Amino acid sequence: MNAPDHLHFSESHEWVDATAPGAAAVGISDHAQEELTDVVYLELPAVGRVLAKGEPFAVIESVKAANDIYAPVSGVVVEVNSALAESPEAINEDPYGAGWIVKITLSDPAELDALMTGQAYREHLS
Amino acid sequence: MPIQYAGIVSEHEAVRKSVGVFDISHMGEFEVRGSAAEEWLNGLLTNDVSVLDDGQGQYTLLLNEKGGVIDDLILYRIDAERYFLVVNASRIEADFFWMSRRLPACGVELTDRSIEFGAVAVQGPRSLDLWCDMAPGITLPERNGIAVYEAGGELILCRTGYTGEDGFELFAAADQIGHWFDQLIASGAVPCGLGARDTLRLEKGFPLNGSDLDENRTPLEAGLGFFVKLDKPGGFIGREALAAQREGGLPGILVAIRLSEKAPPLRHGYTVLAADGQTFLGELTSGSLSPGLGLGIGMAYLPPAQAAIGTDVFVVIREKLYPGKIVKKPFV
Repeated sequence: MNAPDHLHFSESHEWVDATAPGAAAVGISDHAQEELTDVVYLELPAVGRVLAKGEPFAVIESVKAANDIYAPVSGVVVEVNSALAESPEAINEDPYGAGWIVKITLSDPAELDALMTGQAYREHLS
Repeated sequence: MPIQYAGIVSEHEAVRKSVGVFDISHMGEFEVRGSAAEEWLNGLLTNDVSVLDDGQGQYTLLLNEKGGVIDDLILYRIDAERYFLVVNASRIEADFFWMSRRLPACGVELTDRSIEFGAVAVQGPRSLDLWCDMAPGITLPERNGIAVYEAGGELILCRTGYTGEDGFELFAAADQIGHWFDQLIASGAVPCGLGARDTLRLEKGFPLNGSDLDENRTPLEAGLGFFVKLDKPGGFIGREALAAQREGGLPGILVAIRLSEKAPPLRHGYTVLAADGQTFLGELTSGSLSPGLGLGIGMAYLPPAQAAIGTDVFVVIREKLYPGKIVKKPFV
């Protein structure tokens, strides 16, 4: 199970990359994609949507089940990964890269401190 | 059986194009022996037991007096006085209770052997080649048939399955089945889980007991009339209720619904609306995304007047309406 150290992780298995240029990228963890199995459909939020930490903002569907994705931090959606509409499997193949879901500008960067580091997340799962 | 090993879609494709193996040890196995076995079974089950020769099997249903489905199962005739029944895991106790209460004073012996047996299903177009390479001395039975061998213990092979592909099911002592499973994988079968088992059966329109079939639905409503022989001599439990339905009409018909465009997978419980987008028709009893079609597929009991092939419907997913059509089974 892969959980890079430069990312922040939520208990509900989303990650935030605050080091990305411009806005912070958000996706789901390698562990989450493995649990979901083959991702076949995504419902993405509208650009401009204001997210409160903990709010469900997208739906991810595998053959097995439908799951909500929760905002790991508060902010505004400035970009969505529209390539996922055609190739949702990118979430399984590259959850920390091509499988990013939205980019958001953080309204309260201090919220990052409440998330887990890669190492803490790995320990959380073990 | 786990939901998946490597992934539902890759396992599904392995079975459609090559060969996969499922651990189906959860299934139940009954044996019925005795000089009156055929007659007794024929009075309990919807299909006609008397057409079976030694080594043949048939899909059949066990009904209550109202014609509701207690279980759907496969009955095999090993010989005139020995039958093998493979029943659904969740119905082992209900079936055994129902059947044992109806045993005659003599001439029939019913045994639940579910604990003794483990089982695997080998499914896909390469199943036979794989078996011939792996076990050249042990011949598989004909389609729907059964063959019983001694191979370090009792070994039962049935040329049946739940995927719509050629293949067979292997029953052996519970402590031997892991060895068979490993050997099949070593011979090239892809291990497959419950997820692929569900997409494979749904693409073929096979009902799942507990979802598409239950004690309040009859086999006529479920579109399984082919396996119901209303006119066989002696009748069977539930026959009168089915005959009345055939006369008076069905309250609902299990139809196959395919979405017309890329949309989320269908799920059990989703609402089906008429083409006006408002009239409630029913709820999905099964649903998934067909890996073969790349489209949502499902089944639902709809009023017969709205159940014709080609009828436009909507399925509601998270308050949005997605267009679909009633199509002929199988989907694939």
